[in-house]
Amino acid sequence: MDTSIDNNVITRSLENTAGNYILKTPEKVKSNKRISRSYRQIRTENGFRRTLVIMAIAMIVLVFGIFLTLIVQSIPSIKTLGIGYLWGKTWDPVQNIYGAFPFLIGTLLTSFLALIISIPFSFAIAIFLGEYFPKGPISNFLKNTVELIAAVPSVIYGFWGLAVLVPIVRSFENKIDVPPLGIGIFTSSLILAVMIIPYAASLGRSMIQMVPSPLKEGAYSLGATRYEVIRSVILPYTKSGLFAGILLSLGRALGETMAVTMVIGNTSLIPKSIFAPGNTMASVIANEFTEADRTVYLSALIELGLVLFLVTVVINMIGKRIISKFTNE
Amino acid sequence: MEHTIISTEKFNAYFGDNHVVKDVTMTIPKNTVIAVMGPSGCGKTTFLRCINRMHELLPGARAAGKMTLNNEDIYDMHPIFVRLKIGMVFQRPNPFPNLSIYDNVIAGYKLNGIKLSKADRDNIVESSLSKAALWKEVKDTLHKKGTFLSGGQQQRLCIARAIAMEPEVLLLDEPTSALDPISTASVEELLFDLKKNYTLVIVTHNMQQAARVSEKTAFFYMGELVEYDDTKMMFTSPKDTRTQNYITGRFS
Amino acid sequence: MDPHVKYRLGKSNGFKALIIILAFMCVIPLLAILAYIIQAGATKINWHFLTNIPKPVGETGGGIANALLGSLMMVAVAAIIAIPVGILSGIYLSENKNSKLAYWSRLSVDILQGVPSIVIGIVAYFWLVKPLGGFSALSGSIALSIMMLPIVVRSTEETLKLLPPSLKEAALALGMPYHRVILKVVLPCGISGILSGVMLSIARVAGETAPLLFTAFGNPYLNADMRKPMQSLPLLIFNYATSPYNDWHDLAWGASLILLAWVLLLNISTKLITRRWNIQL
Repeated sequence: MDTSIDNNVITRSLENTAGNYILKTPEKVKSNKRISRSYRQIRTENGFRRTLVIMAIAMIVLVFGIFLTLIVQSIPSIKTLGIGYLWGKTWDPVQNIYGAFPFLIGTLLTSFLALIISIPFSFAIAIFLGEYFPKGPISNFLKNTVELIAAVPSVIYGFWGLAVLVPIVRSFENKIDVPPLGIGIFTSSLILAVMIIPYAASLGRSMIQMVPSPLKEGAYSLGATRYEVIRSVILPYTKSGLFAGILLSLGRALGETMAVTMVIGNTSLIPKSIFAPGNTMASVIANEFTEADRTVYLSALIELGLVLFLVTVVINMIGKRIISKFTNE
Repeated sequence: MEHTIISTEKFNAYFGDNHVVKDVTMTIPKNTVIAVMGPSGCGKTTFLRCINRMHELLPGARAAGKMTLNNEDIYDMHPIFVRLKIGMVFQRPNPFPNLSIYDNVIAGYKLNGIKLSKADRDNIVESSLSKAALWKEVKDTLHKKGTFLSGGQQQRLCIARAIAMEPEVLLLDEPTSALDPISTASVEELLFDLKKNYTLVIVTHNMQQAARVSEKTAFFYMGELVEYDDTKMMFTSPKDTRTQNYITGRFS
Repeated sequence: MDPHVKYRLGKSNGFKALIIILAFMCVIPLLAILAYIIQAGATKINWHFLTNIPKPVGETGGGIANALLGSLMMVAVAAIIAIPVGILSGIYLSENKNSKLAYWSRLSVDILQGVPSIVIGIVAYFWLVKPLGGFSALSGSIALSIMMLPIVVRSTEETLKLLPPSLKEAALALGMPYHRVILKVVLPCGISGILSGVMLSIARVAGETAPLLFTAFGNPYLNADMRKPMQSLPLLIFNYATSPYNDWHDLAWGASLILLAWVLLLNISTKLITRRWNIQL
């Protein structure tokens, strides 16, 4: 390659076309109004690009800010209570005793119970919409229903739960010889289960719709029944996607506050059975945040918020990773 | 001596490390129709897109060398100025789907915020559509959306939109390859009329089209400008064996 | 027919029946909730209800005017903050698919989407309530706008990504500067998708309580000052539903019906608008 430098031969990397140019315009061209207004437009163009970049950076700053705030405000609690806080079995702010274990248990119990209850329904909807009725009026009806379930505000679920579900659970508890409180872990799990159905359902449905027809056709051509195609082709193919849907539902359940707070009974004890009252991390924060009058008290609550933040973020990220790997294959 | 409007000197274009246009030196005279042809991947479209600086919008794209418009280096000007003087018509017609036919024609003014009086706007729309041989067909439905026209009409609308800006040069990237034969014929007729007021550079993979519409032809092969001559000469007695092979259909 | 095949077909049909039953069972809770709220709340709503603030305990009557005003104001302010920021970020992400900044920004938006609403409330408390010395509607609005952002950004990005590149090319070839290409050509063509994202995000935050618990805090009086605590529909429902007073329960039912109607209307009109405004590409 000729390496001598000719003044007229210039190489420019032109990926970013904004503002790197010397504007050379002879006088006769400048008098053209259209061209001269373009000068102003070029300056605006650069300002616009910069604004876009700033907005994108703002998202990162926001997340960092949230994380940082949670950590900083948890420091008093971490310093004073140490790591044992997380499995401390007693929560008694009046006596300055703080232990997060009751809330960990409450959260895990309600979330996993809700998951177990909701999964058959979520998957049924996913298979219904993804395989049996992908189009048509019945499909639209169910699609809209699922979207509406997700759209109802959680405080309304909670209120309805309080007014309708609690008495029902209470009479049920009477029948099975359990203290008829009505409120408690079980009731919370029921409401939560309804609320999280849409998440695994809609993700599951998209995954099922993505199963390539040739795969299914191969099984049909071998004489398989529809159920057998679902069981041996569709479900294995979408295994990881369905798992991601479960994770998304779980993430939602862990972070749910209002509906749970209203029917769980606001009791900061380790629940002895699923019919006992309790508290989740989110509900204890909601209930006691504004009453926390000491630094350690408030900080202990914030630390719960930090744990909640980390756990839900991790679960959601894992779910999203699985989905993107699946859709890129 | 014909007046030269565009000239290039040792012009090169790259996609990352891929050297797709190599050391092209040529001059384009004013008010002529130049056909640029060659097999797939020979760099003709890339070369065309370098003229109005659309090439550099792709990630990893780079250009080097000299390219001038009326003796001004195109790569010293801001791309916006270049594109105001050099218009482009694309392979697939791309009228703005949310604008009416009328608004599509003056889109270059309207969307740039250039205020024109209604009389001026009407004038520009009528004259551009007439020059693009579309006026008679759409003059009663100017308010309808551009996407409701046929392929050939949409392409003529795009041509009208480009010439409404009064460019000096019009670049056409395989303008009829997405059209049916009848639309193709109407667009080709149009090109012949347009060269009175504009210089046209047309990339085409259709040799018959090059022979029909152009006065000079440039043959590209593997990124190099292999031969550049009057169309008649190129097709009857090509000087390079590669040109000869292409014309006789050895490779397409 | 071979009995084994009969059995397999029977199993397949049985499975289909099971799926259909389970799927339609999900409609039951939704219908139950809708029916109950309508029945419990319809009788409570009248002009008096909508234009008066709650009465002190023991007195009957009163209304939810403070919550109505509060919800409208806080959601409006949240939208004014979140919509431009969200759309501009969405534009950046759809225009710069591969830059490093886009990767981290997209990741941040994903993380933001999964943050529990109560955590947002906590953070907003420390950012705005503590430093400024008191609860305020503004801090509530900011908390709500943080919740709106991921939805607006995602829907903008996804909508714009679907637009054909020939659209941008046509505009650029006419000599349009970048900001006009985006604002005057690309955005208008994507308006239906972006609009639906905006409306869905509004429907989402209209029903949020947790972020407002320690920011807007609630207010028994009518208040239009963003610097002071303000009531909102979900907050009112939460506080009054969990109170022991029947009068307050009545208010909460009426408020629930209004909130539900508002949210459902937004969801339905989003669908209608998306259909009408969808630009044929």
